[in-house]
Amino acid sequence: MLNSSVARLSALLAARKISSVELTSAFLERIRSLNPVLNAFISVDEEASLGQARAADAVIASGEAQPLTGIPIAQKDIFCTRGRLTTCGSRMLSNFVSPYDAHVIERFDAAGAVNIGKTNMDEFAMGSSNETSYFGPVKNPWDVAAVPGGSSGGSACSVAARMAPAATGTDTGGSIRQPAALCGISGLKPTYGMVSRYGMIAFASSLDQGGPMAKTAEDLALMLNVMAGFDARDSTSLQREPEDYARDLEKPLAGLRIGLPKEYFVKEVDRDVARAVEAALGEYRRLGATAVEVSLPATRLSVPVYYVLAPAEASSNLSRFDGVRYGYRAPAYADLDDMYRKTRAQGFGAEVQRRILIGTYVLSQGYYDAYYLQAQRLRRLIAQDFVEAFRQCDLIMGPTSPTVAFDLGERSSDPVQMYLSDAYTIAANLAGLPAMSIPVGFGQGSRPVGLHIIGNYFAEARMLNAAHRYQQATDWHLRVPQACPDGAPGTRE
Amino acid sequence: MRAVQWEIVVGLEVHVQLSTCSKIFSGASTAFGAAPNTAACAVDLALPGVLPVLNRGAVERAIRLGLAVGGRIRSPSVFARKNYFYPDLPKGYQISQYELPIVEGGSVAIRSGEVDRVIRLVRAHLEEDAGKSLHEDFHGMTGIDLNRAGTPLLEVVSEPDMRSSAEAVSYARTLHALVRWIGICDGNMQEGSFRCDANVSVRPAGSDRLGTRCEIKNLNSFRFLEKAIDYEAGRQMEVLEDGGKILQQTRLYDPDRNETRAMRSKEDAQDYRYFPDPDLLPLEIGEDWIAQVRRDLPELPQQMRQRLERDHGLSAYDAAALTADREMAQYYEAVVARLPDDPKLCANWVMGEVSAHLNGVGKSFDGCPLSPAQLARLLGRIRDDTLSGRMAKDVFGRMWAQAGDDPVAWKDRKEQAGEDLADRIIESQGLRQVSDEGELEGWIDAVIAANARSVEEFRAGKEKAFNALVGQVMKVARGKANPARVNELLKKKLTG
Amino acid sequence: MPLSLDDVKRVADLARIEVGEEQAHAVLAQLAGVFDLIQEMQAVEAAAVEPLSHAQDVMLRLRPDAVTEADQRQLFQSVAPSVEAGLYLVPRVIE
Repeated sequence: MLNSSVARLSALLAARKISSVELTSAFLERIRSLNPVLNAFISVDEEASLGQARAADAVIASGEAQPLTGIPIAQKDIFCTRGRLTTCGSRMLSNFVSPYDAHVIERFDAAGAVNIGKTNMDEFAMGSSNETSYFGPVKNPWDVAAVPGGSSGGSACSVAARMAPAATGTDTGGSIRQPAALCGISGLKPTYGMVSRYGMIAFASSLDQGGPMAKTAEDLALMLNVMAGFDARDSTSLQREPEDYARDLEKPLAGLRIGLPKEYFVKEVDRDVARAVEAALGEYRRLGATAVEVSLPATRLSVPVYYVLAPAEASSNLSRFDGVRYGYRAPAYADLDDMYRKTRAQGFGAEVQRRILIGTYVLSQGYYDAYYLQAQRLRRLIAQDFVEAFRQCDLIMGPTSPTVAFDLGERSSDPVQMYLSDAYTIAANLAGLPAMSIPVGFGQGSRPVGLHIIGNYFAEARMLNAAHRYQQATDWHLRVPQACPDGAPGTRE
Repeated sequence: MRAVQWEIVVGLEVHVQLSTCSKIFSGASTAFGAAPNTAACAVDLALPGVLPVLNRGAVERAIRLGLAVGGRIRSPSVFARKNYFYPDLPKGYQISQYELPIVEGGSVAIRSGEVDRVIRLVRAHLEEDAGKSLHEDFHGMTGIDLNRAGTPLLEVVSEPDMRSSAEAVSYARTLHALVRWIGICDGNMQEGSFRCDANVSVRPAGSDRLGTRCEIKNLNSFRFLEKAIDYEAGRQMEVLEDGGKILQQTRLYDPDRNETRAMRSKEDAQDYRYFPDPDLLPLEIGEDWIAQVRRDLPELPQQMRQRLERDHGLSAYDAAALTADREMAQYYEAVVARLPDDPKLCANWVMGEVSAHLNGVGKSFDGCPLSPAQLARLLGRIRDDTLSGRMAKDVFGRMWAQAGDDPVAWKDRKEQAGEDLADRIIESQGLRQVSDEGELEGWIDAVIAANARSVEEFRAGKEKAFNALVGQVMKVARGKANPARVNELLKKKLTG
Repeated sequence: MPLSLDDVKRVADLARIEVGEEQAHAVLAQLAGVFDLIQEMQAVEAAAVEPLSHAQDVMLRLRPDAVTEADQRQLFQSVAPSVEAGLYLVPRVIE
């Protein structure tokens, strides 16, 4: 049961082979046994989850079930959840019980899904290893000495370790795709504007996008069907006809043109990662796809551009955390300014402070043009490269991350090394394009490798189709981490 | 006298609170006077994860002003974040417009004393208001009320085109009348709906270079605006005459001491780090929307003033006074529509008797208990000689007393209701004036007989004596005699 | 333009984050590395390129002017550090 896909569980629930209460109990028990080691969840409210499960069973009994009714979903702790702790991985919000629900949470509630718990994350989604969480690092279920990636590391870990069949994540520069790759699961960042940001605590507003994380592409499609949709409360939410993202899953891939950016296969990619990606591309050729070389020359600027724009927006977005209306307030201070300074110095961790300082600097008088404006100009060049490339191909593929999961502590003292982990994923955020990662093998230390797939705007169904067909032909997505073998603990009966 | 002839240079930044029912970026109410923080929703409080969505009503009001001042409506315009920390600013930034405001250019024509001047506008931009800090003592703490946070403001920035505090006040008054006229602001200055910041500098007369300016913040009455500018200009002249230099700074006006002082907060040293708000996209305003707003725009006071002078034959003074207030102008137009032959009579009564009575009870013209139709009927009775002017005032007083009991303002009543009120009062009180020659002659003969001395004096050339005799006739007639006819008949009898 | 200790202090002041003297040196060292990375941008001539704020070429959607929010003060203030008489309390503000 714990190893089953969402699609399979949905069928079992519909056929009354299992109940949501049974399913939810099994995952809760799994969390109880593994979370002390893996630290994937910040908060779990068993009673609330079981309450939702009972309600879901009633809905199923009444014949009104939707595909996700009764399915436990792990929610990244960046999504405001009414009446529940919503910390964003920060001391600043360590006591924050949200008075309202994020749009994404409302959608899952309306779909009858069960919120199985709030997952750990890099503080305010700033990090690529999950080591910046106030609640301690998440461990990689494939090797507890390794990081799970970030910032949606808790979500990735929870799915990989079978503590949840699927999870939500958010992706500002790779925060869904990189941890998905490092934990051997599938994750999708949709086109900017498809998933409402209302109630999703902002990191960098023009780049943030929520998306699904699951074992299979098919599950991602089912999740996206719930998450995507217009929301009048988000001015950047796009008004589009609803679509079924699972509609094209089975389409044959014959004729699919895969663009391979020559810039992606450079020396920075580790050999083991390159090998696994090459093998996956070979599989795609067998499935009927053809490869074309494309060029994304401006992509090499992604990291510097991102580390100007994202901190700039973040420095402003995080100004609201001032200890006045909610959240942490320093216990002792001399005056108002001192309260601000101490509250923010104590409430934010080192990485968040670092990014606020970078962002403040690049926006400050005398530096705005050279940094912020220049970065926005280069952002356009980066986006234009993709427009050009998509004239020649349908999807762009490459490695999600230049390396497999690195060891805990290995990069935490060197921000630049850490920032380079996202070298391949950032460009899609800057351009607002949909992008995903699927598991395609293992590299050094038997740690997973992810294949990065970038699509044109609104090409999610096509991307999911390509990922699904690959998963039909391979079994990387079915591998279970040794640290948590086969899911037996949850099925004692 | 001063050794140097100084010229005062003033530019104003006026914060016009737009009269929308909800806030600029949230669905919370803008109603004034709610209990603290009960009109501050999740967006106004800047809870984590909330996002702004722009209010169409605020944009439309900005367009209305832009068209009324002959400015350009920029499309697209862009919202930017102005970053600074203050407890009444929940997000840590104010959403405003910086490089690309919604309105550019335009001008306001003013009349200061006997001089007509045109004050050019730089721009007008949309922004959100902040909350309020209450400094009453909460154990040495300050209380923050965020009800006002997110209230829509249109900041109207003028060029430094004013040369005296009187011109500045005249400009502020004209703009104040205009924003109420076009229905974008209630103009309530006590409630902060119309707040001025004045940029003041001085320079030797004849110089074409601007001096260093100081900004005086938050002047919420015309009187304070005038006094603050006068004080500040005088201060600057003294500093300069003593060989000092003016520091560019933000100052506050203290009405109790009638002086300005530099603000203690380090606002001048601030670096606001403006950048385009990534939560909001560029605001595009289509030509069709602009055309629609233009069609819905009322005749502007300036145009109406000219029309009243030209078509109604009113004096410049009367036309200006009537168009200072749109409700009064509308009321006047409704009266004159029923009495097209005598605009001057209508204007006199609207600006005189009606206005005075409304002032007495603190009501505006829209809240007037007497309808224009009722007034027009009364004025018609002057025109047809039923009433003398004095009797009409008497009847008006009785009409007011009766209608005053009706709590429903004329605007909210059926137009024709009680239109004959004046006639009913005239009938029931027997107030019809007497124009019948026989009756009048009876009174006149009696007065001539009883006032031989006055008659002699008049015949000896004393004009005053004539007036005394008329007064006597009116007295005998208990005010009901038609004064014009009395004049005529009396003169005939005395000289004939 | 290499980052200086004064820059770090100025920026920390603007951002209202207390950074002690010793800490400032450590922060400077880390930020210096990040700014070396960022400097790569400066080599590209892009003055003629229009800055891009949003990936989607979409214009702002407007809301009708209607009150949709009810009073939730009690709920909202249940998570506040310090309130009295419906007001949020902060150390005394001096103008």
